[in-house]
Amino acid sequence: MKYLQLVWAALLRRKTRTLFTLLSVVAAFLLFGLLDSVRGAFAGAGASVNGVNRLVTISKITFTMQLPKSLLERIRAVPGVADVTYANWFGGIYQDPKNFFPNEAVAPNFIDAYPEWRMSAGQRAAFRNTRTGAIVGAKLAKQFHWKIGDRIPLQGTIFPQKDGSNTWTFDLVGIYTVADPKMKAQENALLFNWDYFDEARQFGNGSVGWYVVRIADPARADAIAQQIDAISANSDHETKTQSEHAFQLAFLSQFGDIGLIVGAIMAAVFFTLILLTGNTMAQAVRERIPELAILKTIGFTSGSVLGLLLAEAILLLLLGGVAGVLIAGSVAGGLEATTGAVFPPIVGSAAVWARALGLMLLIGLVVGALPAYRGLRLRIVDALAGR
Amino acid sequence: MQRRRNKWVAFAAWLGIWLCLLAALALLMLVPGWILPLLLAPLVAWLAATRIGRQTWSATEVAIATIPQRLGSSSVVVVGIAGVVGVLVALLAMAAGFAATLQQSGSDDTAIVLRAGAQTELNSVLDHDTVTLVSQLPMVRHTQAGQPIASSELVVVAALPKRSTGLDANVEVRGVGERAWDLRPKLRLIAGRKFSPGLRELIVGKRALEQFAGVGIGSTLKLNGQDWRIVGEFEAGDANDSDLWGDFEVVGPAYRRGSSATSVTVRLTDASAFESFRAALATDPRIKVDVKTTRDYFNEQSAQLTKLINGLGTAIGLIMGIGAVFGALNSMYAAVAARTREIATLRAVGFRALPVIVSVMLETMLLATLGGAIGAAIAWLLFNNYTASTLGANFTQIVFAFQVTPELLWRGLKWALAIGLLGGLFPALRAARMSVTDGLREL
Repeated sequence: MKYLQLVWAALLRRKTRTLFTLLSVVAAFLLFGLLDSVRGAFAGAGASVNGVNRLVTISKITFTMQLPKSLLERIRAVPGVADVTYANWFGGIYQDPKNFFPNEAVAPNFIDAYPEWRMSAGQRAAFRNTRTGAIVGAKLAKQFHWKIGDRIPLQGTIFPQKDGSNTWTFDLVGIYTVADPKMKAQENALLFNWDYFDEARQFGNGSVGWYVVRIADPARADAIAQQIDAISANSDHETKTQSEHAFQLAFLSQFGDIGLIVGAIMAAVFFTLILLTGNTMAQAVRERIPELAILKTIGFTSGSVLGLLLAEAILLLLLGGVAGVLIAGSVAGGLEATTGAVFPPIVGSAAVWARALGLMLLIGLVVGALPAYRGLRLRIVDALAGR
Repeated sequence: MQRRRNKWVAFAAWLGIWLCLLAALALLMLVPGWILPLLLAPLVAWLAATRIGRQTWSATEVAIATIPQRLGSSSVVVVGIAGVVGVLVALLAMAAGFAATLQQSGSDDTAIVLRAGAQTELNSVLDHDTVTLVSQLPMVRHTQAGQPIASSELVVVAALPKRSTGLDANVEVRGVGERAWDLRPKLRLIAGRKFSPGLRELIVGKRALEQFAGVGIGSTLKLNGQDWRIVGEFEAGDANDSDLWGDFEVVGPAYRRGSSATSVTVRLTDASAFESFRAALATDPRIKVDVKTTRDYFNEQSAQLTKLINGLGTAIGLIMGIGAVFGALNSMYAAVAARTREIATLRAVGFRALPVIVSVMLETMLLATLGGAIGAAIAWLLFNNYTASTLGANFTQIVFAFQVTPELLWRGLKWALAIGLLGGLFPALRAARMSVTDGLREL
């Protein structure tokens, strides 16, 4: 620590060069912050602690096929099942298809399966007792300036009403929040009563899109899933039951191999970055050879010269890297606020920071290694003589 | 007084340089790529014909000859720019490939009819009466045998494992009738035979066969608990290639959809008949449907994702580009510093400032062009025709191939030149402003 000033002075020796290198590092880690968060959002979807005791039962053919509601009681009877609820994808449009958000018809006890969603008891009761009632996430309510008591019209895309009309109007009776900042993305759904939906829709009556099964003991998840699937085996509506996490991963993987694309971009970015900062460090050391020789002459050991040079490289990377990830955080925040993205990047999460810091140290070591080795091997006499 | 005026002159010069730079960048972004080689001609003429041009060329020759001595910092410019161009071109090629696949599926003289409000085939249900009413409209073209070219089709979904990941992905199974072939003239069988009417047989699209396991000719597929045989492979060069096709009359009952269809696609007598076709459907009180030309239908489906990928690609390219500009600045300042004595000598023997400036710029642009070419070449080698798939509007996989078009290669080269311009100009100006006497004393 006592050499910090010395390292700092070395960085300030050529201010323009340090600044330019620093800005390149900022750009690289800005990208890292944004892309790694997107990758993390895809890879970590549904991996919350709350999700471990939830299973999702869908049609074995594909999740867009419906299941009969008669399965409800039979699933509930499976030993180990604490509660079962169900929902239907509605796919309604609010004003314009661009305003996409999930909207679903849900059973009265649906929200109870998600203890991480907070809503007052009064609003829960109001939702249960209002036939045309709907609840929305706080983020969605903010985006469209909805408040309790508003009437929200949705254009149905899958389900017309019995009279052939496509306009469904719901009364907003509750707004839920999600405390965990990483799960804030879930505050963007609109849920309404399944009973009203089933009564009013033109076709498909008595069928549900999927069941959400709450189990008491997550360790028995596989056994319970098999028992649930056995109920409908060899019928014409076979089911597939999996953990919520597995279900969401399978769903997201259909969008494409996000991890591969992000990984390839990162590789290009960091390869360039290593070359660039490595070149800067090499230049910086080349110019200072006589100075390093003086340091050694006044008693610095070869080891401490090596340490100083490595520290210089790492400090450069840390300064730029931290700034980059910080900027990524504010950019992502701004994007989320303006677009209400479906998968908002969760920049600033501990995991992203840990990976970023690890990379900064690693790249610092890699780019510092060669020049530092030169410093280590330096012969004082030759260096002072400018040979 | 004199001093103040000098300050203003310096400020005006600085402003002028920035304005020129911005104008040059704007111009570079606006002109189509193929103009670039044409711009090269006057430059070459200037270098060869005028005295100052020849001076510039010899200064540039000196600069290029010394590049091997500064290999490390020169390669920073090249690799940095190659990275930017490679990533940019690859991402834009993804968007271009996706858009092309969907857009080739549509045409102006075919129209698709869906249930009102449905937006996509997956959401749509049309009963048999509606299908019949639509087919009988006079704007629909007829075959030689006098039958309307109207194809009622049923889209259902099957989950098949992807070859790359082994994970299940949704694949479109399309039940079609005889007329479906008349509507897609580009579509042809490339192996095996057509499915036989009334049998549980399927033919598979070329792209679907590439992406999904267990759909080769001769294999048996379990759909909804029943065995289906794959008997042929077809190719259309568009979104249809991601599908499996079977007989409409068999797919419907197998998925418990009876005789209902998800859409009717018709060939109109000609493209101008679309308006009257739409009007006829809108005014008929017996049916509630939406109608679009297939070109509009597929364009709408590709628009959002294409815009998203293009935006992302440009944003990522821009951030990487900023990094590369600073890298180039660093390298070129270092190059100018390393050549201080050389440049001062050139000035001392009578070279003017302009040739020095232009020679440093030319060196940077040359390195940038090399970087851009390498990046574009890598993107082309790795990604041209690379197939990927993503979720389309029907909640099924659309398989598409990346398209590294010449237009994208030009665009990548333009980015390379823009980065070179930004990274080269200021070091070039410094080289020209350097004091000759100090420079000569430099070791």
